[in-house]
Amino acid sequence: MDKATNWSSPRFYVPAIVLLGLALLPVYSMVAGQPFYVTLFSRIMIFALAALGLNLILGYGGLVSFGHALYLGVGAYAVGILSFHGITNGWVHLAAALGIGIVTASLIGTIVLRTSGMTFIMITLAFAQMGYFFVVSLKAYGGDDGLTIDNRSSMVLFDLSNHTVLYYAILVCLAGVFLVFTRLIGSRFGMVLRGVKSNERRMLALGFPTFRYKLVGYVISAQVCVLAGFFLANLTKFASPSYMVWQVSGDLIVMAVLGGMGTLFGPVIGAILYLVVEEFLSSLNPGWFPKVEDVLNKHWLALMGLFVILMVLGFRKGLYGYLVEREQKKLEKRAQS
Amino acid sequence: MSALLSIDKLVKRFGGLTATDHVDFAVAPGEVHAIIGPNGAGKTTLISQLAGELHPDEGSIHFDGRDISRATVPERSLLGLGRSYQISQIFRDFTALQNVMLAVQAHAGHSFSFFRPALREAALLEPARAALTQVGLANRMHVPAAAMAHGEHRQLELAMTLAISPKLLLLDEPMAGMSQAESEEMVQLLKGLKGQYGIVLVEHDMDAVFALADRVSVLVYGRIIACGTPDEIRNNPDVKDAYLGDQEEAV
Repeated sequence: MDKATNWSSPRFYVPAIVLLGLALLPVYSMVAGQPFYVTLFSRIMIFALAALGLNLILGYGGLVSFGHALYLGVGAYAVGILSFHGITNGWVHLAAALGIGIVTASLIGTIVLRTSGMTFIMITLAFAQMGYFFVVSLKAYGGDDGLTIDNRSSMVLFDLSNHTVLYYAILVCLAGVFLVFTRLIGSRFGMVLRGVKSNERRMLALGFPTFRYKLVGYVISAQVCVLAGFFLANLTKFASPSYMVWQVSGDLIVMAVLGGMGTLFGPVIGAILYLVVEEFLSSLNPGWFPKVEDVLNKHWLALMGLFVILMVLGFRKGLYGYLVEREQKKLEKRAQS
Repeated sequence: MSALLSIDKLVKRFGGLTATDHVDFAVAPGEVHAIIGPNGAGKTTLISQLAGELHPDEGSIHFDGRDISRATVPERSLLGLGRSYQISQIFRDFTALQNVMLAVQAHAGHSFSFFRPALREAALLEPARAALTQVGLANRMHVPAAAMAHGEHRQLELAMTLAISPKLLLLDEPMAGMSQAESEEMVQLLKGLKGQYGIVLVEHDMDAVFALADRVSVLVYGRIIACGTPDEIRNNPDVKDAYLGDQEEAV
């Protein structure tokens, strides 16, 4: 059943290999003379972090939030607006981001969690769009054009202006949140979330006031996205309404689905897969006839769509979800024989 | 002896239909009170009002000396009302043991504990194992609920209801969809519970009802037309007309 650590399980070796690979990537990028990889994978890890956060309520709570980009925006604008006013201390940025995040997520959560199913999807989308148009209306902070951030948050002890330090800061947060979530989903709180996903009516009849647990899950999930937004603003030195646009919320869901919603590490795999393929397709340069290349470069998004469709059809439980499921079936067979 | 559960002039209307029509009855501690009636008589509507999923339009429900007419479903559960459903409401992704552990957890303080592995907590494991043993699922604890047979789901449903140490069980057709043999087992099981809990039993299986009940209320079109001991009900001409007679003809 719940054995301590099974080294040969994909639940263990996949996250271990991926996190180790990410830890070594800056070395490779230096050796290969491709500093661009550090930036690319910083961005990928930021979205992996956000997808990991979203998946807590999506994959474990069964709550399809179509508005988590809002919280990326909260994190990014906390950095942007404070920097604009000359406050450069990164710890202040982080505290402000998480503080505003907790208030926003609690208020919005209190409202959206009164609904379920399709209504929940639509109302989370509506709140995210409200956030989007709110920052667009902030003319003093760039409005539509976004807000340039002169310098990255200055964190005592960590020099985020160094790409590599920023990279590792993101990696540590990603690994940290992953490990915390591993414990979380097996705790009493995690069991309640999973029970709500499986059968909320039964949970109520058993005596769980499910609303408050869903709300706390929603806030935790949102806060991880706020953290991702904080890093996104630092990476790009820019806070833009485009971070909060509804497609971003959709991307996060696609990432979770591609990797495996019902799994913990799936969204990380999904984010890497999605953004690497996106990067590859958008700069496709196979050296074929110029005309073909022209079409490819213009319409790479169509290929991206095709890729997502094929992945979802091929791996219904996501790529990582598939590995985990295969192992589980093997174990069950062994138990029966 | 004061009643454990007492219902006073309960009314529930759905548009023009009065699904519960001035229903009164009381259940003493340890008593098995069966509710029978033809299809559409409003039995499940009544149970849902007792459990709190539906709110009555008029009347009151007192449980263990408190007015619970306005209490929510979880509040009633925590006060000691345990409900089992006509259609099994279980957690299909979990094993039998996890299903019951979650039931125990609901009544073991709050669940804002974020790090300690719940599945290794003895305080949850022990009562869960005991409840599963009680209903005869001792050797099926680690089977995922989705892989269990229908009869086992009914047993699991009961185990989850018992695990919260209720004072009163609301059993909505516990024998629904069971084979003859499974039904007989369930009757034996419920006989074993008799006296320990107050039980409100809604059931179609008349043999089961007459074997278990101390008192029987007959519900027809939302109204209780008779209430008495199983023998009184069996010999009541109105009941024969409205219900038992029908059934004999049908059989």
